[in-house]
Amino acid sequence: MSRYIALRLLQAIGVLWAAYTVSFLVLYALPGDPARLLAGPDATDVTAAQLDTLRAQFGLDKPLVVQYIEHLGALLRGDLGTSLPTGRPVAELIGEAIPSTLQIAALGLLLAVLVGGGLALAATFTRHRGLGQLLLALPPIGVAVPGFWFALLLIQWFSFGIPLFPAVGNQGFASVVLPAITLALPTGATIAQLLSKSLVTTLREPYIDTAWAKGAGPGRVHLRHALRNAALPALTVTGLIVGQLLSGTVVTETVFSRPGLGRVTATAVAQQDIPVVQGIVLFAAAVFVVTNLLVDLVYPLLDPRIVIRKRRLPRVRVAATAGASR
Amino acid sequence: MTPQTPQEPVLVIEDLAVQYRTPTGVVDAVRTVSLRIERGEKVAIVGESGSGKSTTAHAVVQLLAPAARIARGSIRFGGIDLVHASRGELRAIRGRRIGLVPQDPTVSLNPVTRIGTQVAEVLVIHGLADRRTAAAAAVEALRRAGLPDPELHARQFPHELSGGMRQRVLIAIAIIAGPELIIADEPTSALDVTIQRQILDHIDELAAETGTSVLLITHDLGIAADRADRIIVMNQGVIVEEGTPAEVLGAPKHPYTQALIRAAPSLNALGDVERVLDRLPKETRVRVFGGRAGDPFTVRDRSKGPLATDPSGATDESPARTVLVAENLVKDFALPHGGGVAHAVANVSFAVPRGQTFALVGESGSGKTTTARLALRLDDVTSGRVLFDGRDVTDARGRELRDLRRRIQVVHQNPYASLNPRLSIRAIISDPLVAYGLGDRTERRTRAAELVDVVALPSSVLDRRPAELSGGQRQRVAIARALALNPELLVLDEPVSALDVSIQAQILGLLASLQDSLGLSYLFISHDLAVVRQIAHRVGVMRLGELVEVGDVGTVFADPQHEYTRALLDAIPGAGAPVVQPG
Amino acid sequence: MTDTTALAAESARASTGRGTAHDDTFATTSADRFADAAASREAGSIVEEPSAPTAADGRTGRVRRLLATGVQHPGTVLAAVWIVLVLVSTVAPGLFTSQDPLVGVPAEKLTGPSPAHWLGTDQLGRDLYTRVVFGSALTLQAALIAVGIGLAVGSVLGLLAGFVGRWVDDVVMRIADVLLAIPSLLLSLALITVLGFGTVNVAIAVGLGSVATVSRIMRSEVIRVRNAVYIEAAFASGNRWSRVLFRHVLPNSAGPVLVLAALEFGTAILAVSALSFLGYGAQPPAPEWGSLIATGRNFLTTAWWLTTLPGVVIALTVLSANALSRALDSEGRRVR
Repeated sequence: MSRYIALRLLQAIGVLWAAYTVSFLVLYALPGDPARLLAGPDATDVTAAQLDTLRAQFGLDKPLVVQYIEHLGALLRGDLGTSLPTGRPVAELIGEAIPSTLQIAALGLLLAVLVGGGLALAATFTRHRGLGQLLLALPPIGVAVPGFWFALLLIQWFSFGIPLFPAVGNQGFASVVLPAITLALPTGATIAQLLSKSLVTTLREPYIDTAWAKGAGPGRVHLRHALRNAALPALTVTGLIVGQLLSGTVVTETVFSRPGLGRVTATAVAQQDIPVVQGIVLFAAAVFVVTNLLVDLVYPLLDPRIVIRKRRLPRVRVAATAGASR
Repeated sequence: MTPQTPQEPVLVIEDLAVQYRTPTGVVDAVRTVSLRIERGEKVAIVGESGSGKSTTAHAVVQLLAPAARIARGSIRFGGIDLVHASRGELRAIRGRRIGLVPQDPTVSLNPVTRIGTQVAEVLVIHGLADRRTAAAAAVEALRRAGLPDPELHARQFPHELSGGMRQRVLIAIAIIAGPELIIADEPTSALDVTIQRQILDHIDELAAETGTSVLLITHDLGIAADRADRIIVMNQGVIVEEGTPAEVLGAPKHPYTQALIRAAPSLNALGDVERVLDRLPKETRVRVFGGRAGDPFTVRDRSKGPLATDPSGATDESPARTVLVAENLVKDFALPHGGGVAHAVANVSFAVPRGQTFALVGESGSGKTTTARLALRLDDVTSGRVLFDGRDVTDARGRELRDLRRRIQVVHQNPYASLNPRLSIRAIISDPLVAYGLGDRTERRTRAAELVDVVALPSSVLDRRPAELSGGQRQRVAIARALALNPELLVLDEPVSALDVSIQAQILGLLASLQDSLGLSYLFISHDLAVVRQIAHRVGVMRLGELVEVGDVGTVFADPQHEYTRALLDAIPGAGAPVVQPG
Repeated sequence: MTDTTALAAESARASTGRGTAHDDTFATTSADRFADAAASREAGSIVEEPSAPTAADGRTGRVRRLLATGVQHPGTVLAAVWIVLVLVSTVAPGLFTSQDPLVGVPAEKLTGPSPAHWLGTDQLGRDLYTRVVFGSALTLQAALIAVGIGLAVGSVLGLLAGFVGRWVDDVVMRIADVLLAIPSLLLSLALITVLGFGTVNVAIAVGLGSVATVSRIMRSEVIRVRNAVYIEAAFASGNRWSRVLFRHVLPNSAGPVLVLAALEFGTAILAVSALSFLGYGAQPPAPEWGSLIATGRNFLTTAWWLTTLPGVVIALTVLSANALSRALDSEGRRVR
């Protein structure tokens, strides 16, 4: 078991290294002049000499391979580089932004799981066909709604219409509610879609008939037999859902003028602050990798068919159905 | 509960009708069905797919598909009309008073719950035991259901048990609460024959011990004849015949029953198939199959070739008498995660006589399909030799292999999967011709039409897609495609196991008459000894990758040498059935 | 992002979930045989094999079935009509409005929806309906470019991985795994950082951001088809691999690609408008759906219609694209 964990940790580090390489290639090796970007979007009158100075300052005059290795070396020491406009360490910028983002992301995830999961359960549980159909029609709408627009509607209704929550800022719990709801909408809708589809399929499985034939009531059949089996496939996309939450903060924090990772990202992109953008990308990849690592460790406990064994790079978690019949 | 007199039947179904809503309209799955089951009686409902037998069984426990609706009729069980019973009443009956043994044990147990818990759940649901006593009772029920080591298996999960063991678990679930009626819905159709027999024996013993009534649903008349006190034959949603096995099998009144008995391979004591088709007329034979093997559009040299082959005077191993020879075939698979190798096929040798059928028989995992793939060169051997028409083709590659494929064609097991859903039947049949660039467009169209005629399909199917055809029709298309190149050898991989018995008989008849007319050689893969007896000339019995017995069909069936062959033969249902051969 | 990523995960599962099939074909095909029996029953004849084919006749049957499907699913028809209208407005906005999207009547600024101005007017008195109609060009062009890039690159990679297999599969899928570790919006943002702002750059960034998902779905689709028995039958009939690929594998994988294209289209509209909203896309005064809402944000308290109504248009378009995708998907599954 401990060997398995060690191996999975190694693989996780491998993915992170690959993510670093991809982001390096995108940000430094694509055609374009990083130095000109460094000079800033408004710098139209920089001279060639000034650009050279900039290149030397950030090591951009060295061959790409050398830059790559130097950056990687710095990364291993925990150094993500320095933000260009502010001159502050990227790690510090990200670290400061995490708590505020964590608040809305945690509440958002909670809401998404509760509402999305509840909706899926209710839609498949109800005996009223019309009600079930109606409930199942909701998640597709949730997925199709632009997040930034939904956020503005929330502000219009619950800050200006009925003044329940503040429209902007970061003061206390009330200011967390609307951003969290904004984040929860697409995530919850995704969870509801996945889980309801999975539930519908599971409820058609022969072992559900076996449960009915035992004389089990609907509560026992749905909760004890169907839900656990149906939730397993949904669990495999936890990493993607967390990633979705993270990228949702860019729009959400912009609309609600909250500090946080999303705002840092939006600002960095606007100022073409390459080190910060790379730092954020690496952070997101790290969150994804850690989430999947946790899911991978928990999964065999929930699904006895999965036997821990060597696996290659972690993929979007895959439920290999090993229950072949021989 | 109402008090009952001993004479009162356990179950009375009167005038039951069940309808299915489908996207294209309403289908009457069950039209008018009335039946009764006495206390301690074993009743079998026999019928083919869509006959309404399973729907009738599921209507009893009110576990119909969501699209189904009971249109009229009543189902009385213990004084309650189950059709109009409340959900609470139904719940009190299911599992407690009616036990259900489902069709496919491999998917009928909750994969994430322990065996013991699943068995004990029945008692917990009905308040018959608390958690601890239920667990002990579950182990006892598993023991009664014939599961070895019940204490150990109770702690395991379904995927750790074999199919047969899982069916025993489901039997334990059905019997643990001591029901008055057990409904067994095709309980063994997903299991190997030898296991099939053990399971059915065990259900019989349990029912006899406890005096429980049994309603057995099956597509196999042989099983019904062996097991039931009374047989009910269903077709198209109605009961066409009812009586004791001796009455139904010995003196069938309804033409459908007669046809079913004729078609059932296990009841066919003569060991022969009805040639539904006459031999093809000579001019058709010459016109459609007159060309050279592998190249139908050439004018053949009439003095040679399979039609005119005279095997007399040739030795057994010579190409004139054997079309395919397999010598010491071995196929190893590397086990995943460095677990060494497994022998899928170990040292198998056989020969397919020209113009005859060689059958490979075995249960799942016996390596029979892998052997066929090796002979076909769809897989590479680990060691051994394959000789086709006297030539070593073991290492044939590229062009040589493609030339070989022209003379060996395949018919796959599952006609629902083996035809490209996007192509018309015409395109499917002419696909091999196009692949080899044979003939022009008109010639290929003509040939497709002729071939459709040869396999006795109406020419109207040519422009249709596979989805518009039934399973039997699709298998005829697959045969027509295999014949398109004028091959010498057909590899038939369980060509009838996906089909109902009456369709099975028609396809087997077609294959036999084609062989008679065209002198084709068949390598026939099957798990069903009864089918093999009908069609094959020589047979090889495989077990765990080894060929345990080879011989002429008559010899092997009359005097099996290997104990495994004997076990297989004993497992064929319907052995003791009092069949009067009609006609 | 939501719908497609979920689909990717699902197809990844499906492609490894194989092998649960059991040996007995009689059991596994029982549903097929039941359908046969039901169909023949419906045709009203006691069927003796071989009989007249059962389902509706050839081409006329398919047309009739399509019409019947339309009647049964009015939502799908509405979705299709909406998408067609929106697509037409991108090439011929003049068909829908005679006003100018850039010139306003100052006297009529910030008026609510009325018969003269269906969606109201903005702070410069420009007709919002006209701006939405003209805005569809920028948004949808960007979305279409994104889908084109994503599908082209993604499906070539997926096809290679699925059909060639072996090390090509390993390499492509490992790269896809790494790309999937980065949320696609962040990946798009990183690309925009380098490429710079503007509608086309946003489109390219969104398209490249979806490559990993598309290639993964495409791969599992190709593997599904490749493992089908009729492909083995095609090889056994003597087909060369190239003919198997073009005659048998590709046509059977095309349907799912269409499904995916519709889905990606909706996803791309959301991503493009979000990036424009953030200010990385079209610059004012050019009308674009996302930036229309961004401008309206300043008048949230006084002119609700400036944010609400363009948002409704975006949501309806994405909803329609997703609905079409689902309809194509279930139609495709029925045929298989």
